[in-house]
Amino acid sequence: MSIYLNSGSKIIVQGMTGGMGAKHTTLMVESGADIVGGVNARKAGTTVELGGKELPVFGTVEEAMKETGANVSVAFVPPAFTKDACIEAIDAEIPLLVVITEGVPVLDTAEVVAYLEGKSTRMIGPNCPGIITPEESLAGITPHTIAGKGPVGLVSKSGTLTYQMMFELKDFGFTTAIGIGGDPIVGTTHIDALEAFENDPDTKAIVMIGEIGGDAEERAAAYIKDHVTKPVVGYVAGFTAPEGKTMGHAGAIVSGSSGTAQAKKEALEAAGVKVGKTPSETAELMREVLRNL
Amino acid sequence: MEFQAKELFAKHGVVTTLGVIAETPEAARAAAEEMGGVTVIKAQVKAGGRGKAGGVKIAKTADEAESYARDIIGMEIKGLRVNRVLVTPATPPVEEYYFSFLLDRSNRSHLCIASVEGGVEIEEVAKTNPDAVAQIPINALEGVTPEKAAAIVDEAKFPAELRDQAIEMVQALWKVYVEEDATLVEVNPLARLEGDKLEALDGKVSLDDNASEVRHPEHAQFEIREEADALESKAKDKGLNYVKLDGQVGIIGNGAGLVMSTLDVVAYAGEAHGGVKPANFLDIGGGANAQVMADGLDVILNDEQVKSVFVNVFGGITACDEVANGIKGALEILGDSATKPLVVRLDGNNVDKGRAILDELNHPLVTQVDTMDGAADKAAELAHQA
Repeated sequence: MSIYLNSGSKIIVQGMTGGMGAKHTTLMVESGADIVGGVNARKAGTTVELGGKELPVFGTVEEAMKETGANVSVAFVPPAFTKDACIEAIDAEIPLLVVITEGVPVLDTAEVVAYLEGKSTRMIGPNCPGIITPEESLAGITPHTIAGKGPVGLVSKSGTLTYQMMFELKDFGFTTAIGIGGDPIVGTTHIDALEAFENDPDTKAIVMIGEIGGDAEERAAAYIKDHVTKPVVGYVAGFTAPEGKTMGHAGAIVSGSSGTAQAKKEALEAAGVKVGKTPSETAELMREVLRNL
Repeated sequence: MEFQAKELFAKHGVVTTLGVIAETPEAARAAAEEMGGVTVIKAQVKAGGRGKAGGVKIAKTADEAESYARDIIGMEIKGLRVNRVLVTPATPPVEEYYFSFLLDRSNRSHLCIASVEGGVEIEEVAKTNPDAVAQIPINALEGVTPEKAAAIVDEAKFPAELRDQAIEMVQALWKVYVEEDATLVEVNPLARLEGDKLEALDGKVSLDDNASEVRHPEHAQFEIREEADALESKAKDKGLNYVKLDGQVGIIGNGAGLVMSTLDVVAYAGEAHGGVKPANFLDIGGGANAQVMADGLDVILNDEQVKSVFVNVFGGITACDEVANGIKGALEILGDSATKPLVVRLDGNNVDKGRAILDELNHPLVTQVDTMDGAADKAAELAHQA
């Protein structure tokens, strides 16, 4: 088992013919993910060969879903057009929409998140590495070679910390690793992923990686306390970040006394989560948990 | 800064007084003479608490305006040098209110905060008298319609005689928020003047960098370079994601999360090595080619505080051999200007090839360490010894 993504996932790519889109579609095909086509209104009706696979290009998400049975879309659309691409996918009732694009205006994301209300689509991102269920499917840019299948569920704001943690725990492996993105507003939150991992019978323990900015980790801590029975190990990046400076991710900023790594760590520990000081210490804490299962 | 916020207010029909920007005491005097009567001289820096710091003065005459401007220009407020003052006619408020629209990350939408107890820190009011602060969620799809604006004004308990003006002002402020792609539009104080006139006396606007990049090229004018750190400016010109910090170990890494984590790991390691700290945040992203690596190293090596550099890369999309070649190329590009020790930790995709390239290079400045914690310790040790 896994969350959100599995071997039955049929994936289309919005923006497949662009630079990033083509590069990562190739990598997704090579990973064994079932990529079934792409969407580009100007190139509808043509095909593109990526990763040794002939992929049809459709004019709309709706058409692509009808023709291929796709149930996942990965968007590599430039930030100026991301909102429209999301609305199109949501209107077509795609079950899972993964938005990789970095640099989307936050007002656009706020609109899309409001639009999702009452709709059947789950959105992951924007500004995220996407989601991987090792040995089954990949919807995003996470390298599929880092780690295989195993009992750990991973949710993280950051791409490279996801890779780092998968690497540290590659001898155990993962049910699913999901990068929810580093923007101030994202479609799938830590809490959503925690809930899904809690309900996934194959996930035995959860690693949660957070970073400075906002209060998503504090809210996740409160959720864990009340709703999560599986062991959770945490890591928070940004203890040394100065106030008022954006640290790479648009959402990674300490404002006044709120959003600090220390506050997040304390909230998680108060909820019974073991929090590592470094990625390797966090991995070590998870190893102990897994040995004692 | 205040004067920039007011320009945006005026652009969208928010009632405000722009005033005149003066960079010299003489210019402040001329502005005060032109306005006649009593004027307010206000320091223009991106920081709150300007009044408390002595950066806001009321001048009865043009002489006083010049003299206050002389005091204020050049002073430091919260570490920021004041390079200009705003001169406006003094309009003493009868009452002071608070108003803002902001991005509400917790609820993934927008929030309006309004209070008739303004002119002071709204956080204070919210603590001592929470009932006096109205917090009204805004649906991101619906925005602020005339009906919503009226509901906001009523919930905030604005005086009845100001209701119509307040409704108009709320809509105009929402226009600033949406059309400029702001994450904060704040008016404090929103003043009731003589004759029941409502005016934005002071304000603050935070803009979304992503949106400025995508659809507001005109926002570039709001960036005032002289205040930015020289190294940050240089990095920005080269398209690097760099933040200067106060420390001795230069940091280069890929991915915002990993770089933030690297800073922390170096700070912990520094505890055992004389308390050395990370000198900067620098994310070179996925494409760590030789030129990007050279640009990054160039910025960091120009930081006089830096004694050693830690290059921490996890090869995900980027393969470690590409990164190793990037480091090799960067050292060739920099030549003799590279003078500080480099500790390199490579892991992930093609790690063996990457490490072999650096082994073969055998550069006297480069030390390879296999783990992130070990490399941080080595970089801290080298910085402490230097």
